[in-house]
Amino acid sequence: MTVPGAPKALPPMSLLAELTHRCPLQCPYCSNPLRLDPRAGELDTATWMRVLDEAAAMGILQVHFSGGEPMARPDLADLVRHAVSLGLYTNLITSGVLLTRDSLKNLSESGLDHIQLSFQDADAQEGERIGGMAGAQAKKLEAARLIVEDGLPLTLNFVIHRQNAERVPAMLELAEQLGARRVEIAHTQYYGWGLLNRDALLPDRAQLDATEQAVAAARTRFGNRIAIDFVTPDYYAERPKPCMGGWGQRFLNISPSGKVLPCHAAETIPGLTFPTVTEDSLEAIWQDSPLFNLFRGTGWMPEPCQSCAFKEDDWGGCRCQALALAGQASATDPVCHRAPAHQRIEQAIAARPATPPEFRYRRYNNAP
Amino acid sequence: MTIATIREETCVPRFARGTRLQYDRVREQWFVQAPERAFLADAVAAEILQLVNGKRSLGQIIDQLTEKFSAPRDVITQDVMSMTQDLADKQVLLLA
Ligand code: SF4
Ligand code: SF4
Repeated sequence: MTVPGAPKALPPMSLLAELTHRCPLQCPYCSNPLRLDPRAGELDTATWMRVLDEAAAMGILQVHFSGGEPMARPDLADLVRHAVSLGLYTNLITSGVLLTRDSLKNLSESGLDHIQLSFQDADAQEGERIGGMAGAQAKKLEAARLIVEDGLPLTLNFVIHRQNAERVPAMLELAEQLGARRVEIAHTQYYGWGLLNRDALLPDRAQLDATEQAVAAARTRFGNRIAIDFVTPDYYAERPKPCMGGWGQRFLNISPSGKVLPCHAAETIPGLTFPTVTEDSLEAIWQDSPLFNLFRGTGWMPEPCQSCAFKEDDWGGCRCQALALAGQASATDPVCHRAPAHQRIEQAIAARPATPPEFRYRRYNNAP
Repeated sequence: MTIATIREETCVPRFARGTRLQYDRVREQWFVQAPERAFLADAVAAEILQLVNGKRSLGQIIDQLTEKFSAPRDVITQDVMSMTQDLADKQVLLLA
């Protein structure tokens, strides 16, 4: 697919290593695909070790161990230790419910650099209803305490939607109480499970405004002590986000079964072949695979993106959102006010029911 | 100003846990590794940060750079002070 003599793509900055799709929780906005990889198909330890070797050699700087729940993998600390020995920056993205004093000590001694711990809500009862796991909140609070006690830098992550938006101030207070160094207040992204549950999750404009105000107030209060990352909801934006910093530009995602993807939702796009780490090297996949070259750069863009001044700021938005809402992965992201399919967003907001419907929880075989 | 500067020059900067300076052999550039992001360290920052080891004081770092670049000490002082303060604000460096 690469034209001979064409400039090579710059290497990716980060690798998102989805070690498993298994998870004790069942968040209705989970970013995992609707069809979850079963345990039997997961890559083994030796293969992940080789993948980490290849990642470091090609210039990846950070590896994010994610899932599902990555702590469900007994080899997690070994993988962290190996990544550290290669000079990779290691981040663990966890729900915290499997974290114990011993498992944390093991990770800390392996050289883990940072932990991102997710909460479903500041309110225990609501959090456990949203995450679909009784007893989860106490485990998360204990996990945060152990992490801070160890001295590892901690980021708390909250995914925001219509059923918890009013408690953003309480979430920010919780982050402060627990001793987090960063907190992410991230509005839900609507693809995969989030799209399936959109009516149950999409906030209204007033809720969004209130979350923005809460974040602004906390920023003033925290100063430099705690950094807040605020992710706005696409649906109320004027222009899309630069999804993954541009397709095939900064990120690599590897699924539990070893598929190499430009973003974690790319598998939703039909008619594509997904390269795997067992068939080819990461470098060859990044540089030469049809998948990574498909929407790389700006050459593939239709109008209005092609002649738009922002095309190298947002790279035309999210391909998976374009597919989900406009029916075509190569369309302009419908979030953009200039997109031909923008009315799909307005319709979704207008059709939002007054009372949120029941969640369809993220579980094996629970998607249509 | 002089008193404040003297006091600050005795500060010993070190990297906060979860942050470090790293040379990227592929891109041939220095990066500051921090939670959730790696950011490019420009030439000046890279020179300063390579001397941060948790033992050298800001004053010693300034002296070493003054000698290395045969530059006026107050120019170097300004660079070192503003950059370390900026990185302390970003929670990359701790100033003790
Ligand atoms: S979003 Fe929820 S269900 Fe999905 S992996 Fe994270 S904790 Fe598990
Ligand atoms: S037209 Fe395309 S490039 Fe321009 S702002 Fe909209 S999505 Fe971005």
